[in-house]
This record gives sequence, C-alpha cells and structure tokens, in this order.
Amino acid sequence: MSEAKVSEADQGAADAAEPVNALPERLTGFVQALRGHGLRIGPGESVDAASVLAVLGLTDRTYIREGLAAALLRTDGQRAVFDATFDLYFPLGVGTPEAARRSADPGPAGPATAEPVNPVSPVSPVNPADRAVLDDLRERLAEALAADDRAALTRLAGEAVNTLGRYGSGPTAQGWSAYQTLSRLQPETLLARVLAALRAGQPPGFTDRLDADGIRRRIQGFRGLVGTEARRRVAELRGTDQVARRAVAPSTDQVDFLFAGRDQLAELRRTVQPLARKLATRLAARRRKASGGRIDLRRTLRCSLSTGGVPLRPAYRRRRPGRPEIVLLCDVSGSVAGFADFTMLLVQAMRDQFSKVRVFAFVNRTDEVTRLVSAGSADPAALSRRILTEAKVVGFHGNSDYGAALGEFADHYPDALGPRTCVLVLGDARNNGRDPNLPALKRISERARRVYWLNPEQTELWATGDSAAHAYAGLVEMHSCRNARRLGELIARLLPV
Amino acid sequence: MSDDGAQPTGTGFFTSVDDVSAKLAEAGYLASPAVATTVFLADRLGKPLLVEGPAGVGKTELAKAVARVGGARLVRLQCYEGIDESRALYEWNHAKQLLRITAGRDETWEAARTDIFGEEFLLTRPLLTAIRGSEPTVLLIDETDKADVEVEGLLLEVLSDFQVTVPELGTITATRRPFVLLTSNATRELSEALRRRCLFLHLDFPDARLEQRIVRLKVPGLDEVLAESLVKVVGALRAMELRKSPSVAETIDWARTLLALGADTLDETVVRDSLGVILKHQDDVLKASRQLTLT
Repeated sequence: MSEAKVSEADQGAADAAEPVNALPERLTGFVQALRGHGLRIGPGESVDAASVLAVLGLTDRTYIREGLAAALLRTDGQRAVFDATFDLYFPLGVGTPEAARRSADPGPAGPATAEPVNPVSPVSPVNPADRAVLDDLRERLAEALAADDRAALTRLAGEAVNTLGRYGSGPTAQGWSAYQTLSRLQPETLLARVLAALRAGQPPGFTDRLDADGIRRRIQGFRGLVGTEARRRVAELRGTDQVARRAVAPSTDQVDFLFAGRDQLAELRRTVQPLARKLATRLAARRRKASGGRIDLRRTLRCSLSTGGVPLRPAYRRRRPGRPEIVLLCDVSGSVAGFADFTMLLVQAMRDQFSKVRVFAFVNRTDEVTRLVSAGSADPAALSRRILTEAKVVGFHGNSDYGAALGEFADHYPDALGPRTCVLVLGDARNNGRDPNLPALKRISERARRVYWLNPEQTELWATGDSAAHAYAGLVEMHSCRNARRLGELIARLLPV
Repeated sequence: MSDDGAQPTGTGFFTSVDDVSAKLAEAGYLASPAVATTVFLADRLGKPLLVEGPAGVGKTELAKAVARVGGARLVRLQCYEGIDESRALYEWNHAKQLLRITAGRDETWEAARTDIFGEEFLLTRPLLTAIRGSEPTVLLIDETDKADVEVEGLLLEVLSDFQVTVPELGTITATRRPFVLLTSNATRELSEALRRRCLFLHLDFPDARLEQRIVRLKVPGLDEVLAESLVKVVGALRAMELRKSPSVAETIDWARTLLALGADTLDETVVRDSLGVILKHQDDVLKASRQLTLT
C-alpha cells in the first residue's frame, strides 16, 4: 500500500530531479538522524513508524508528522528536535517554493540540476528595484501576521529565503542563510504596523495590552519558519544527513550550560518544576527502599524468645526519620552563572525533600543568598542580576577566586555545616591562577557529611589553563555536569536520602 | 478473533483521521490533529496509547469520549501508590471458597479442589474485566505514574499480548481487543519497556482557536467576543513563567464564572476579581497582575 503511494509522491517531485529516495530508506535515514540527537529509538519503533505510514497513507503531512511522533517519541522535550528533523526528511516541497517560482521565472526551474534562477546576490538593499521587492514582501508579511495565517506565513518564509537568503556562488561555497534573510527582512520592525492593522475599526478593549506580545510570538514563529526553510534549502545542496546532524538544535535537556543562549536558558528554567517533581519521586522511592531490608539482629533475637528461640519473625532496623540538609555553594560569575542559576532554582523547587536548604553565592567573596533564591522562584529570570546587585559576592576585583571564597565560607559560616549536611559546590574551578586554598575545602569536607563538586566543564578540559579542578578533585568527589539531563541524574543518585 | 478481516488487530471504532475528529466532536470532545491522528493509529494498529501532559488538558476526558463514540463500555483502573495484582488483575474470593468448603463437608478432596478454583470464585479486577468481555471495551489506566514500578511489569503482559495468566485456570486471551489508554502526569519516568509498547501522545494546551471552540462548546451561553478575549488572556498567562499554568479546565471554569457574574466584556475590575479562579498560587496572582498591569 505504501509503495504505491510513494511512487505517486515521487512522480510529483520528479521534475525537481531530486534523487528518488524510496520511502523505507528515507524513514530509516530519519530515524538515524534522530538517534544522532540522542533519542533512543529501537528497530521495533522503526517498524511501528512504517506501519503508521502504511495506515495513514501519504496524503496529509500534518497527520504523518503526528503519527510518526506517536510511534517514535517516548517523552516530551524531544518534540523540537523531532520537528526540525522531520522538516528536513519530509519537506513541504522540493527546490524553489511554488510562490517564488511563479513570481520569479515562468520556466520549469529545477534547482538541483539547473543553475539558480536569480543572480548571486539577488536583492541588494541599495538597488531601488530590489527595494520594491523587499517592500512588497514586508507588506504581505504584515498582512499575514495580522491575520495570523499560518499557510501564508509558511509561503512567505519560502519566498523570503529564496529572494533574500542566498549567498556565495561556487558549488561548494553557496548556501542559504536564515540570518541573512531575517536581517534584510527585519520582521521585528513590522510590529507597529501589524498592531495598527489589528486595532483598525476595533473599539479599545482590555486585551489590547496583550496584542503586542501576541504579535511578538507570531514574529518569533515566523523566524522559526525561515530557519526551517533555510535548512531545507541547504539540505538540498549539502545532503540531508549532514544538515540534520549539524543544524538541528539539541533538545533542551542536552544543551550545554556553558554555551546556552538566553532563550535556551529561559526554556531550561521552564523545565525546573517538572524536573524537580520527577527527582522528588525518585528520591522518595530511594528513601522507601532504603528504609526496609536491614535486619536488626539484637531485636530479632529478643523477639525469638517468645517463639522458643526460633526467629520466626525477623525485626528490621528502623531508620531514623530525618531528611538531609543541603548547602549549595555556587560560583555566580560570568559564564558559569547559567548553570548556577538553574541548579539553585532546581534545588529550591525540591526544598520539601530536604530539612534545610541554604544557598551561598560567590565570585571572590561568599554571601548567603537563600532569601533571594526562595523569593526568586516567582521571577527566576531576574535571579542572577539580583544576586549580583543585592549580595556581597564581589570584592575589589571582578574575577572569580575560589580560594578566597572557600576560605570565607569556612570561616564565616561554620554553623551551616554539620554531620547531616550535604554540600554541593558548583563551578568550573577556574581560579585565575590564584591560590586554590585547599585547606579550606578540606575543613569543609571534614565537617560536612558529603561534599560533591559539580563542574560544568567536560573532564578533558579540567587540566587545561587556569583550572584547579584536579587539585580540588583530589579532595572531594568532582563530577562533570554539562547539561540538565546529567544534572538530574547526578542529583537523583548523589544526594543522601 | 476480531470481526473485521482487513485489520485483525485493531478495535475498529474509526475509519479515518477525519472520521475521528468528526465523531469525537459529536461526542463533545474537540480534538487537535495530533490527538485525532494518534487515536486513529491506536485504533487501527491495536496498540495502547500513552497520553502524557499537564493536569487538566483532557486526558481522562479523551478516554471517555472514545468510549461514547465506540458505544463501548469504559473500564477504569485508577492507579495509586501501593496498588497491586489483587486490585488490578484478579483475586480469589477467599470467603466464598471457605463457605464452599464447609458446605461440601463430605466431598472428596479432588472434587473440592477442582471446584473452588473455578470461575465462580474469581473476582475480576479492571484489567481482567477489560480482556474477558466480548463487547467493545475502552480500558483506561489512569495516572499510571502514581503506581509503583512493579505494577508496570504486571501491565506488560496485558498491554503487549492482551492476555492474563491465572495459574489455576490457564491463560485468558482477549476475545476482542480493548482500546487501551494510559494517562500519566509525568511525575515519574515510566519504564522504557512500558513506553515501547505504547504509542505516545503529549497532550499540551490547545492553540487559541481550538480553545475558543472548546470554551464555546462547554459554556454555550458565552458571548463570542468575550470567549476570544478570555482565551487571549489565558494564552498570555501561559506564556509567563508561572508556578502553575492555567489549564483548559480552568479556562472553562473562568468562562462559567464570568457568565455567572454577568460580565459581557473583560475589563480590569472583572479580571482582577476573578483571577483567583484560574491561578492557584498567590505568587502567580501577584505576578500576573503586575504583568497584565492591573491597578
């Protein structure tokens, strides 16, 4: 059944002279690409996906997207990666988009074989004729944004990439750039126009104040569409597999803390609550398991007296109730701040799992920020700024100094440490060449029950440059913790219950 | 085993994806394309459907709607911490077995033994009930993540082969496959083995147009313009980083409240006074009022 449909679909694409990929190869290529992004998909799921295609047919792309998602995905949070990869392997069209083809050139332009229809730099902002093209595009984009017409926006994204996004001329050096398209088109500047179009003829109402944000979201969506379209065009030049590997952003929980952008950090913060809930259940399960199982020999013998010395009923050791205390000691300087923020919010969200949570921040001086963090859960985006302005974490200079900070913590807050305290030190241990002050860390680890150091750098980098990681790792357990998934694993495993 | 020859494994409630949307809409459930497609696939391929998503987006409601559409009986297994085999699968009726033994005092052991492990003394629990019936059935396993990990092992046999093994009776295989729907709030990661046997659907908040239709379906007296601005505000609230985002159920509650208050347009006073209906934390209320610039 699917075979027949394939040939139909390929007939449609045949004029584009795309090398004809049979559906099974395309599907397995798709699955391979998803695996490359860390999704665990077994052959069983591939078979499911194939039977999904057989049942649904190839008539409706939306249905196929949802159907494949149902068969291949297992958790949410993988959807963004899936969608981007899907758009590469099951593209909306082949070659120059329909709308652009009609307006630019009446001939049957086969982009994979033929030379580009347009000259190398198709639209230059100084040329008046090109300005007209650009203005026309912006005009139509404003209309589509005002109407929130998804189909029109998709069409316009295709057209925009085609006319504005091309660069380079050689067969290896050319490509399509979403960045170039967007910086020429500047969809953000349409905001006022779209707002005016929406307001026209409407009486003012309460929801007017929400319109601007709504339109910003639509523009953001359009930027995404342009990115998708540019990736599709590049994939036709360079090969789908390669683009799928390089150009699709990783899923949120695998974003490297050190390289996360502002949007990615915001996205990460949104996962704090669900992740905290998951970790709490995992800790509770560990706690339940740990409570039973160890036989209390003395009480078993005492019990056995009533049955004539035969230990019929074993007595188990009771666990002392009580939850661990957590102390977080976070480097909040520069690039490490994203990691520290996320962990602070996560531990704060899990606070009911611990009897006490105290948070300390440092750059080169240490100060307690517990109050700021617990108030910060209402407005997590501003947390790091508030810590830097309201707490005394910076001394005479702005560089991090682990030695001084650890020393100050050990001297000024000895009451934070006790036999039930678990200390998590967060930071990259880049000490700017200063004294690492190992005795201070040693004192901390002697007083606390456990000390773990979570380092957002990968292990190979620990020995490089000004990193004192190996010196510290000799004293306390140090783990590399580069993304949210790893952090979740570590917290669930390391924390005492 | 199934009555339609072409697709022997499925339940056969629906004929196409569009059919799913149409029939579910008739039953009072407006489905997004994602929901319609996965329901259709679950129906066709005869695989269980695992629905995950935040509370109040209509996971349980979906199962009920499918049951209404298929004219099927709904068997529901509510999971909780500590649920076990005897609550989920089957149990022997011990009291009745004892009575039987005392009643037949003079019998030989052979007669008594074969008797007391018969059908008469078997108490079927939801999973077995769903499998044994010959009428169309929808099996809803609600809040699967609340059950312990061990229970998942129990579900595996039922979900992959639609059979249950009772040592004294032998293996009971489904005469007619039920439509199985599992829901989860993702408080715990379900095991890989369980996930692999299911189709997966992440049910998220609907987009604005669908939500407007849902609100107007559930609260018929509501003005169209009001419904539109209501959904717009809820969408804006969801875009904020709140502790608990308002769900569809809360949108509907809010619509009912506004209807009861007799409000015909949204203005600052109405929103400020009724914000407590959709936001359940004081922090969230404060933050929302600040960002919506309520005075």
